[in-house]
Amino acid sequence: MNLLAVWLGKLTLMALRALGRRGNALPGLVVEKVFPSFLARAMARLPEGVVVITGTNGKTTTTKMIATILGERYRVLTNDTGSNFVRGAITATVEHATWSGELPYDVAVFELDEAWAVRFVALVPPRRALLLNVMRDQLDRFGEIDTTAGLLGAVAAATTGHVVLNRDDERVAALAGRTTAQVSYYGVAPELRALFPNDEELYGGPVFMSEHPASAELRGLPAGEQPYITLRFGGADHEVLLRADGPHNAQNAAGAVALALTFGMDTETVLHGLRNVSPAFGRGQSFDIDGRRLVLQLVKNPAGFRQTLRTLDGVTGADAIVVAINDDYADGRDVSWLWDVDFTGLVAPAIGDARRSTSGTRAADMAVRLRYDDVSVDEVEPDLEKAVRSAVEAVPEGGHVVVFSTYTAMWALHAILLRIGQAA
Amino acid sequence: MKLIHLYPREMNIYGDTGNVVVLARRLKWRGLPVEIAAVSVGDPLPHDADILLGGGGQDAAQGEIGADFAGRGAELRAMADDGLVMLTICGTYQMLGHEFITHEGRRIPGVGVLDIVTTGQAERLIGNNYVDTDDAGRLVGYENHSGLTDLGPGVRPLGSTQLGRGNNGRDQTEGAVRDNVIGTYLHGPVLAKSPQFADDLLRRALSRRGRDTDLEPLDDSLAEQAARVAAGRPR
Repeated sequence: MNLLAVWLGKLTLMALRALGRRGNALPGLVVEKVFPSFLARAMARLPEGVVVITGTNGKTTTTKMIATILGERYRVLTNDTGSNFVRGAITATVEHATWSGELPYDVAVFELDEAWAVRFVALVPPRRALLLNVMRDQLDRFGEIDTTAGLLGAVAAATTGHVVLNRDDERVAALAGRTTAQVSYYGVAPELRALFPNDEELYGGPVFMSEHPASAELRGLPAGEQPYITLRFGGADHEVLLRADGPHNAQNAAGAVALALTFGMDTETVLHGLRNVSPAFGRGQSFDIDGRRLVLQLVKNPAGFRQTLRTLDGVTGADAIVVAINDDYADGRDVSWLWDVDFTGLVAPAIGDARRSTSGTRAADMAVRLRYDDVSVDEVEPDLEKAVRSAVEAVPEGGHVVVFSTYTAMWALHAILLRIGQAA
Repeated sequence: MKLIHLYPREMNIYGDTGNVVVLARRLKWRGLPVEIAAVSVGDPLPHDADILLGGGGQDAAQGEIGADFAGRGAELRAMADDGLVMLTICGTYQMLGHEFITHEGRRIPGVGVLDIVTTGQAERLIGNNYVDTDDAGRLVGYENHSGLTDLGPGVRPLGSTQLGRGNNGRDQTEGAVRDNVIGTYLHGPVLAKSPQFADDLLRRALSRRGRDTDLEPLDDSLAEQAARVAAGRPR
C-alpha cells in the first residue's frame, strides 16, 4: 500500500483532530485527490474484499450490525460514523492502516450514500452488496425516486460475488436482473408486511407481496412485555433481544443476517454478534442529563420518520418531545417531506401529555406542520441547545425526553448533549 | 365544501398532499364541514365539487395516469369554464396545458385547460423559491422540475419570482391563472406557508356558490414566521 498516501491521510486527520474537528471526510478527500488509485489498491489486499451497504434508510445501523456480526470471525474495517461518501471510506482506511502502511483487516464493510456508492463501485468493485430500500429522500439531489433505484442498480451490476436484496421493496427486488452475481433476499413475514409501507402504499397503492424466499426473515416483533424479535434463518426461528428500537431496525437485522450468511457463518455466531450490536451514532442513542434520559433519533425522510415515531409506542413513552429540523444541504433543503408524515399519533393518550417543542432552522415550519395535524406546540425555539435545555428542565427527574432530529441538527445536538450530559 | 384530491396514489412524492390537509383544516377550524373525494385512475370525477387539488409525481407516474387524465379533458375543461377552483402543482399543472414535449422530443398531449406548453430538458430547476402575487401576497415554497413552461395569451402568470427559476428560467414568471384555475411549480406545500393564498382559494370557492366570503380570521403567525425564514434560506 502506498505509504505516502497513508501518511498524508493520517497527518491530515491528526491536524484536524488537533483543531477539534471530526475529520471524517477531509483526510479522505485529500488522499483521493493526490493518490486516486489508493483506495482500489488498499481494498484489493483484503482477503474477503468489500461489502457495500446502500439504500435510503437504515444504512448506518445495518452497517454497524454487519460489522459487529462479521467481527465475531473477521477483522472488520468500517466507516461507522455515517460519513458515507467515497472520502469517508478512504478516511476510515487511512485512519485504521498502520504507520508502516499495513491494513490489518480481512474485510471492509462500508455504508455508502446512494449516489456515492456508484462512484465507489466504479473504483472498487465490491464482492458483496446489501441493498436496503428506495424511499422518497433528498429529492433536491435525486429528482425522483426512480433515479435513486437506478443508482442502486449500478451497485448491483458492479458487485462480483453476492448481492442481498430486500424482497419487500419492489424497486430493490427488481434489481436482481441487473447483476451477474449470486442473489439472495431478506424480508419480513407476510403478516408483518403492512407495517413497512413504501411511499406508494402509504397513499393506498396495492401492497407489493414478493414471492422470493428469504434467507433471513423477520417473523415477530416485540409486543407488550415480550421484548424479543423473531428471526427465521438456517431453518429455525430465533428470538433476539435487539438493542435498536423500532420495527425498521428489526427489518434491518434480517438484512444484516442475510448478508452475514453469505460468508457461511453459523447460526450461533450470527446470533451472538447480533446481540452485541449497540445503537449507531444518533440512531436511538441515549444520554443522561441531570437525571433525565434523553434519546436522540435521526429522521431524514417520510418513511424513516414514520418508523421512528413508532419507537414512542414503547413502554418508556416520552415526557417531552423535541423535533429539530435543519435544512442544510446534508439535510435536504426542501422540507416538504414533513407533510408526508402523519403526526396525529403524537396526541395519542399514552404520550398526549408530553411537552412538545420544535427546533432547528425550520423550527417554525415544523410547528406549522404539527399545527395542521391539530398537535399543539409548547415552544418554537430554533436554537438547538436552548430547545434541549428547556425540554430537559420541563420534565421531572427520571423523565424521558425524545429528540427527533435531521442529520446536521443531530451532529450539533450530539456535541451539545455530551457537553451538558453524558452518554448513557 | 367538497375537495377533489386528484391521483393521490400516483402524484404525491413532493408533499403536495399537504395542500389538501391545509384547506381541510382551515375549513374545519372555522366550523365549515368538508369532504375529501380521492380520485384515482378510473374513478369518476364528482360534479358537485368546490376545489380540485393535484400534485407533482414522478415521470413514470405521469405516464401511468396519462391516458386516464387525457380521457377527462372535456370534463375538466367544462369544470374550469364553470368556475371550479383548481390548484394544480408541478406535474398536474403541466398536464393541464396543451402538451408536454419530453426531452427526447416525444409529444404528450395535455387537456388544454390552461394555455401553456411545457418542454422537458435535462437540467432540473431545484431550490427554495418565493413568488410575489397581486392577489395573495407572497407565496413561499420549493421548486423541483425539469419542464420549462411557456404561457400563451389565454393565461396570466400567477406571480413573479426573483430568487427562483419559475416557469421557464427566462421570464421571471411563475405559475399560470385563468378564471379559478391555478397552476404553479411551488411545492412546500405552497399553502402551508402562504395562508393568505389558501384563504383566497376558499373565498373563490365560496363566491362561486354565491355564499358569504367572510372567513373567520385564524392565527397564522407561525406560518408567517416560517415563510419569512424559508424566504431567507439558501436556494
